[in-house]
Amino acid sequence: MNYFDKDITSIHQALVNGDITAEALTKQTLDNIKASDSDINAFINLDEDGAIKTAQAIDKNGIDPDNVLSGIPVAIKDNILTNGFTTTAASKMLENFKPIFDATVMKKLNAKQTITVGKTNMDEFAMGGSTENSAFKKTHNPWNLSKVPGGSSGGSAASVAAGQIIFALGSDTGGSIRQPAAYNGIVGLKPTYGRVSRWGLIAFGSSLDQIGPLTRNVLDNALVLNAIAGHDEHDLTSSDKEVPDYTATIKDGVKGLKIALPKEYLAEGIDQSVKDAILKAAETYKQLGATVEEVSLPHTKYGVAAYYILASSEASSNLQRFDGIRYGYRSPEAKNLEEVYVKSRSEGFGDEVKRRIMLGTFSLSAGAFDAYFQKAAKVRTLMLNDFKNVFKDYDLILGPTAPTTAFGIGEDISDPVTMYLNDAMTIPVNLAGLPAMSIPAGFSDGLPIGMQLIGRPFDEATIYKAGYAFEQNTDFHKETPKVGGDK
Amino acid sequence: MNFETTIGLEVHIELKTNSKIFSPSPVDYGDEPNANTNVIDWGYPGVLPSTNKQVVANGITAALALNAEIERHPHFDRKNYFYPDNPKAYQITQNDKPDAHDGWLEIEVDGKKKKIGIAEMHIEEDAGKNSHGRNYSYVDLNRQGTPLIEIVSKPEISTPDEAYAYLETLRQRIQFTGISDVKMEEGSMRADVNISIRPVGQKEFGQKVEIKNMNSFNYVRKALAYEQQRQRQVLMSGGKIQQETRRFDEKNNTTILMRVKEGADDYRYFPEPDLPALDVSDEWINELRESLPEMPNERKQRYVEKLGLTDYDAMVLTQTKEMSDFFDKLVELGADPKIASNYLQVNVNGYLNEEQVDLADTKITPENLASMIKLISDGTISSKMAKKVFKAVTEGEEPKEFVEKKGLVQLSDPAKLQPIIDEILAANPQSIEDFNNGKDRAKGFLVGQIMKQTRGKANPQVVNELLMKALNK
Repeated sequence: MNYFDKDITSIHQALVNGDITAEALTKQTLDNIKASDSDINAFINLDEDGAIKTAQAIDKNGIDPDNVLSGIPVAIKDNILTNGFTTTAASKMLENFKPIFDATVMKKLNAKQTITVGKTNMDEFAMGGSTENSAFKKTHNPWNLSKVPGGSSGGSAASVAAGQIIFALGSDTGGSIRQPAAYNGIVGLKPTYGRVSRWGLIAFGSSLDQIGPLTRNVLDNALVLNAIAGHDEHDLTSSDKEVPDYTATIKDGVKGLKIALPKEYLAEGIDQSVKDAILKAAETYKQLGATVEEVSLPHTKYGVAAYYILASSEASSNLQRFDGIRYGYRSPEAKNLEEVYVKSRSEGFGDEVKRRIMLGTFSLSAGAFDAYFQKAAKVRTLMLNDFKNVFKDYDLILGPTAPTTAFGIGEDISDPVTMYLNDAMTIPVNLAGLPAMSIPAGFSDGLPIGMQLIGRPFDEATIYKAGYAFEQNTDFHKETPKVGGDK
Repeated sequence: MNFETTIGLEVHIELKTNSKIFSPSPVDYGDEPNANTNVIDWGYPGVLPSTNKQVVANGITAALALNAEIERHPHFDRKNYFYPDNPKAYQITQNDKPDAHDGWLEIEVDGKKKKIGIAEMHIEEDAGKNSHGRNYSYVDLNRQGTPLIEIVSKPEISTPDEAYAYLETLRQRIQFTGISDVKMEEGSMRADVNISIRPVGQKEFGQKVEIKNMNSFNYVRKALAYEQQRQRQVLMSGGKIQQETRRFDEKNNTTILMRVKEGADDYRYFPEPDLPALDVSDEWINELRESLPEMPNERKQRYVEKLGLTDYDAMVLTQTKEMSDFFDKLVELGADPKIASNYLQVNVNGYLNEEQVDLADTKITPENLASMIKLISDGTISSKMAKKVFKAVTEGEEPKEFVEKKGLVQLSDPAKLQPIIDEILAANPQSIEDFNNGKDRAKGFLVGQIMKQTRGKANPQVVNELLMKALNK
């Protein structure tokens, strides 16, 4: 069994009707994962026993007909803490790390009776855009196994795309949900900063990180956000704004909606095929009754530089706790305190993580702070103002998620700057704390193209509404990759 | 050459709160190592700090006691450094926008008053504690996350005596607010000291030297006095003061070189992204201002102006809030302020010193002591009897009951005393004659006889009056 032609609501119906038990569904899901994952490598660890036990318990209590997620299997990015089950952040540093508590999103999902089948591969500590920076394995794009799945939530995205699972959670600091969603032809939402609790998410860039859903369609995405959004007393940056039912207005259509198309997002460096797909999407929206107008976000070009300074600075501080003293990897060679620090960290972290720790440490150092961190913080404010100006007159911003389709494994990793430029259109959204979603908008050479819809703070509902309307009027989301599925 | 001294004090004060500054663990580090810790204190992956509002409130209270400007949107910063007792490898503190700034304290040295400026006051978390065994080193995180305030003086302290007075005034004011125990011996108040000297008239400050390891105000004063002299000698002999950290040696009253510093440490401060800036409203500040207890200076003034105490008595009584509160309670219960003041300073303090205990740990209650003082002022007991009664009060007895039980009631009724006086006079005609011949000693003898007859219960004042009347007839 695979999830290619399914959605959460139809699976829920099958469970409620007794067409399938949660246990059977879970077993089939695990079998399917095991069959296709030798090609895809989406998972770092599978929790077969735990998943089946959970499913049995749910079956025993009966599927809750009013809870659409009851008995639904899910995959979780491996930087989200799962109580008692290994959580590695794809780092040697945490290879054997078993957390003693659940992240808030896990508590919320568990309360909704979802079944966690395993933890998905990612770039180490979420640093990267190809999932090639995992300490354990490289994940392959199910549309073309020689291509990357994007990153850092590459395992979650590839798993959903390959029909291994109906939904997964990822995290997004600079595009890590949206870019892999685009590369894999699925739907990925980064919620507004503060919409979903970060408690239990292994921190990368604390002022940028958000957890969000990766799904096969827009409605499913809204159903999952309904379950994980909300204030958390453990996370003072989480908002106490009321969480609406994101499905309530999803079918309202886009008539009268004002959509902005920033010219900077269609400028040089964007593949023609991607540009064409976005312009075509703009036409679709016009036909559906929305207005689409070109606007400018003048500070876009500074986004990548500002982001890599700010995110790396925060990361350099966040990752200091991995020092070999209390948990995680400790070098067996270390003979004194200095060596415990230096050797454990040198051996425990991968190259990309070290590169960013160095970049961040430098940006925060006394001689560089004003010229780097402080300057980047100012750029961040300017970019936020760019967005505020546009949102005075428009309801949504439309653009590509990434400048190209998925690139080849090994192609970009030697050149970090090219790699970083892939994030030019996702990064501004994190810097401004806005919600944004990537949805399928076309194909080029058999690889999916993603388009990004950016909304006002806490206005995920409008994003979903526009995404749903587009999805109903296009067929891109119905395509399935050759790999994965039934074997 | 003449030199002038500049002293800077950075004082850390531990706030008395139930839970830690960023985690719900209890603040109590006397327990088993790591008993009072949780995932936040361990710097566990995925955890986030949550600010304890009581700590912020206490910070504002401290700022009010220090006459400081309160920042309306203070935010926290991270101070990054690796050390095993620092589990996140950063300390959450305030660097860029501290809780308060530009305060002052008025100190008094040799009768001269001086205002010492306070540059800033911020709140931060304490670190854990490392200890070292034979083959292993150990980390105890019970203290990790204990809330602290750090108070940084402006470079306006110019003598060791002023430093002493500054610390004393600071301790006293903070103690009165009730937000900390401020006990240097117990570590709830810690002082980092720096000192530099420069030739009089020179604009730039001299090279400053840090001194550590002083756990009493007196040691601070001694260390500074020594260091001031040492630096003078170095400069006079053509030497240069190095940027260094020295340690106070309490045996010899000297300072010893610990390490020479090369350049400043780089802590890579940046705004703490996990904690939004705080919002300190006028209402909140006013609420805290209104609940601020009367400060020592105001109390002192009230004791002098309203209760008629001397400056000295008022000063001694306001040294600690405990003593001062006790005194207020005595007066409130109707005790004569002067007798109460005298009793607290002499008898109660004497008792506390002798027993080496705090007032709160004794059986002396304000009710019992006030009742005893009333017995003294209405003449029910003599000051001599009072000593016995006080002893009983220290044992928790109620004075009135005790006096009655032991028959210690003073004989003050003239109608009862007159027959006794008459009897003694009749028995001692010689003494009367001696008195009439100008021998004052005879009167003393007669009083003694009367006291003996009454077993010491006679009120000496009444006896004196009645006797004089009789003798002058």
